[in-house]
Amino acid sequence: MSKPTIIVVGNGMVGYKFCEKLVSRSTSYKIVVFGEEPRRAYDRVHLSEYFAGKSADDLSLSAESWYDDNNITLHLDDPIQEINRTAQTVHSLKGLNLKYDYLVLATGSSAFVPDIPGVEKDGVFVYRTIEDLDLIKAYATDARRGAVMGGGLLGLEAAKALIDLGISETHVIEFAPRLMPRQIDSAGSAMLQSKLRQLGLNIHLNKSTSHLAGDHKISALKFNDDTSLAIDMLVISAGIRPRDELAKLAGLQTGSRGGIIVNEKMQSSDPSIFAIGECALYENMIYGLVAPGYEMADVVVSQLIGGEKSFHGFDMSTKLKLIGVDVASFGDAFISEPDCRTIIFEDTHKGVYKRINISNDGKYLLGGILIGEADAYNMLLQTVNNKIVLPPNPEDLILGSRGEAANEGAGVLSLPDDALICSCEAVTKAAICDAVNDGCTTVDGIKKCTKAGTGCGGCVPLVKDLIAGTMKANGQYIKNVVCEHFDYSRQELYDLVKINKLKSYDLVLDHFGNGDGCEVCKPAVASILSSLWNDVIVKQDTIQDSNDRFLANIQKGGTYSVVPRVPGGEITADKLIVLGQVAKKYGLYTKITGGQRIDLFGAHLNDLPLIWEELIDAGFESGHAYGKALRTVKSCVGSTWCRFGLHDSVSFAIEIEERYKGIRAPHKIKGGVSGCIRECAEAQSKDFGVIATEKGWNLYVCGNGGSKPQHAQLLASDIDKETLVKYLDRFLMFYIKTADPLTRTATWLNKMEGGLSYLKNVVINDSLGIGAQLEEEMQSLIDSYHCEWTEVVNSPELRKRFAHFINAPEEKDPTVKFEPMREQLKAKW
Amino acid sequence: METLADMKWVMACYCDDIPENGGACVKHGDEQIAIYNFSRRGEWFATQNLCPHKQQMVLSRGMIGSTGEACEPKVACPFHKKTFSLLTGECLSGEEFQIKTYPVKIQDGRVYIGVAA
Repeated sequence: MSKPTIIVVGNGMVGYKFCEKLVSRSTSYKIVVFGEEPRRAYDRVHLSEYFAGKSADDLSLSAESWYDDNNITLHLDDPIQEINRTAQTVHSLKGLNLKYDYLVLATGSSAFVPDIPGVEKDGVFVYRTIEDLDLIKAYATDARRGAVMGGGLLGLEAAKALIDLGISETHVIEFAPRLMPRQIDSAGSAMLQSKLRQLGLNIHLNKSTSHLAGDHKISALKFNDDTSLAIDMLVISAGIRPRDELAKLAGLQTGSRGGIIVNEKMQSSDPSIFAIGECALYENMIYGLVAPGYEMADVVVSQLIGGEKSFHGFDMSTKLKLIGVDVASFGDAFISEPDCRTIIFEDTHKGVYKRINISNDGKYLLGGILIGEADAYNMLLQTVNNKIVLPPNPEDLILGSRGEAANEGAGVLSLPDDALICSCEAVTKAAICDAVNDGCTTVDGIKKCTKAGTGCGGCVPLVKDLIAGTMKANGQYIKNVVCEHFDYSRQELYDLVKINKLKSYDLVLDHFGNGDGCEVCKPAVASILSSLWNDVIVKQDTIQDSNDRFLANIQKGGTYSVVPRVPGGEITADKLIVLGQVAKKYGLYTKITGGQRIDLFGAHLNDLPLIWEELIDAGFESGHAYGKALRTVKSCVGSTWCRFGLHDSVSFAIEIEERYKGIRAPHKIKGGVSGCIRECAEAQSKDFGVIATEKGWNLYVCGNGGSKPQHAQLLASDIDKETLVKYLDRFLMFYIKTADPLTRTATWLNKMEGGLSYLKNVVINDSLGIGAQLEEEMQSLIDSYHCEWTEVVNSPELRKRFAHFINAPEEKDPTVKFEPMREQLKAKW
Repeated sequence: METLADMKWVMACYCDDIPENGGACVKHGDEQIAIYNFSRRGEWFATQNLCPHKQQMVLSRGMIGSTGEACEPKVACPFHKKTFSLLTGECLSGEEFQIKTYPVKIQDGRVYIGVAA
């Protein structure tokens, strides 16, 4: 038995989508497609990109072999001329006669050309197909002045095309008193006009054209008010007309103003003939957007495979960029008082207009209009469609949470699972989140596995937010708990340890943990204990990371490096000599670090106390290069020597480094102080950075280098030293108390609800009322400073632990070998 | 396959040489053996000192702990935090490494390890 045949008339976006949906869900039909145009279906939504550099191939919706691959017979350049409903056959221009079981009319629409004298002249075009665009392009080379008749969505798109083609003087002529009369209100239109005028577009409203002047080719538009406009070419974009002539000829019912009448199953008056897309008239409405067309295609596919899906109208909300200006209209955009309450925001300086209509009880969003800035569109549309109850201050929806950084991804996660995110492809929030959970974590990945974002692309920002939000939600769950032994976040554990005055890891584990601990919770708790009590860390050496256990950085081969503190990078010649002598004596490789100090590499574990003994005798202290602690405060040479320096950056850097040295934190902390805006200390790449200004100092926070470099952000400007130190105390202590383990300040800030403005509030405005407490806690850490190496060197008990073989303390690890490199040594392994 | 008959006990060190809940390395001929004093559990363990991942003599300097519902004792290499079972020597970080383990006994404040006779 042969398969029933479906003939699709029309190979536009909707006709193509119908084929795509059908072949993906059924193989029980033979599909034949007739297209009038000479090329495969292409993306008409992004047609204007053809002038911005995209080729016809770029716009094509399918690969060349797609139809063959899916056993679809495609007849291009061959429009159907006639339908014989009795015989169930179609007759094509090229003479093909084919029998159908079902016929799908996806004939689309054509440009409506008003009956104005002179429209037949050369230089008059419509804007629908790639062929139209080619004609416009060819003609535009000799044209200087162009006009578009019609100030609707497509008209403005066409105007953009003329600008892209280099027409130096472009006009838009609109019959109505405003632009885009179907989508936006008068105030929105006024804003859009002023924006477009700034961009060089000439706009003429309330203009009714009486005729087109010119011999063979157009030379001017003549209006009913006796004015005229000299032009070289005209693009007519005065609306669309459904292509229903074939249906009419076949005796199908059509609307009085055009369109093939269909029921909710998209059936025409002949049940074996369906109509979809812009040629279909459903309840007296033509749906001139691609998303409802796709939905109609889906309905027909559902009918054909025995499904129940039907069409019940479609949300005509839309967002687009017109000549660089965002324009969006959603829900019931025009409803007005007393049927609703409206909130309007207008900023003529920036050219932004936003209007939202909310229900009289203030609970629901009904619709709105956005001009000039439409970032909120997706969320607003979801709020309307899902009847989400509004926050107490609905104006936040369009004004943002004033002054505070947006909370990325949080909003979208509050949407219900069945919220339609991609209306072109009917993809729900749940489908996208599931894909993310299955490991699809890029927009491209989501496009591939769900098709979301492959239509108009308008939902891509929302998809991005969903990916970020879902991943964040997943990640946070894992990260929030320290590890399998503690069911608490670091911050919770910090508070518990503090309140209960616990001073050892075992006590903390007994009170709040389970099991025997591990390499994750031990150093995390060790860091908390240090940040709270600042005791000598080697007293609990086995809960420390290796570097902290041996107060040195373990290197390849199992040797250690030694880094004494050089505050602010300032060092005397005598101290330099000592470093050189020690390095020579113990055979150490020396290198200048990025933090303006000197690193001595290749020390045997056994030698560490001996090396430090000599260094301490010469006045050095531990540099904490091994710890999650303050490392260095880098400085430029400042006003002491530099002719540009405003203040003494070296002295200030030394002061700060001395103040915070030895303080342990969730991760390492680096600082910098620059004496002027030239920023030689690179302070803005540090966890805290200080830059001298004419009036004082600027304080920057939360920068870092590393794998994801991030600039520090300005916390306070033109403050004096005392204020700066106060802010720095509060900032550092707040970080120490609240960050997750191994989280640098930059990541900590990125994850902070409210971001920098929240941090400013806490540090500067003392919004939590903890300012004094933070300063006090910091002072107690500063007061309990001790040089860890001095403690070890002076304690025979602690020194004993720096042996490689516990049963042969004098012997060094024989597996450690060195080989020469340049004029020094390096570990061989 | 080693059997008890092929094994002898050698004294490695004194109990208080090894820090509580931590490890230290002893030299046995040319062998380096890591001994762990898991005082929290009242247990002792011994393994090779070499981490097979990057061939570093460092396991004795690693942190010890436990994992899973069965609280399997483990050591984490200080270099890249590869973890190994102190019972079986199996790598618990999902890689095909295996380290050698040694029996340990405590007598009169001394630590003895069982090595090949």
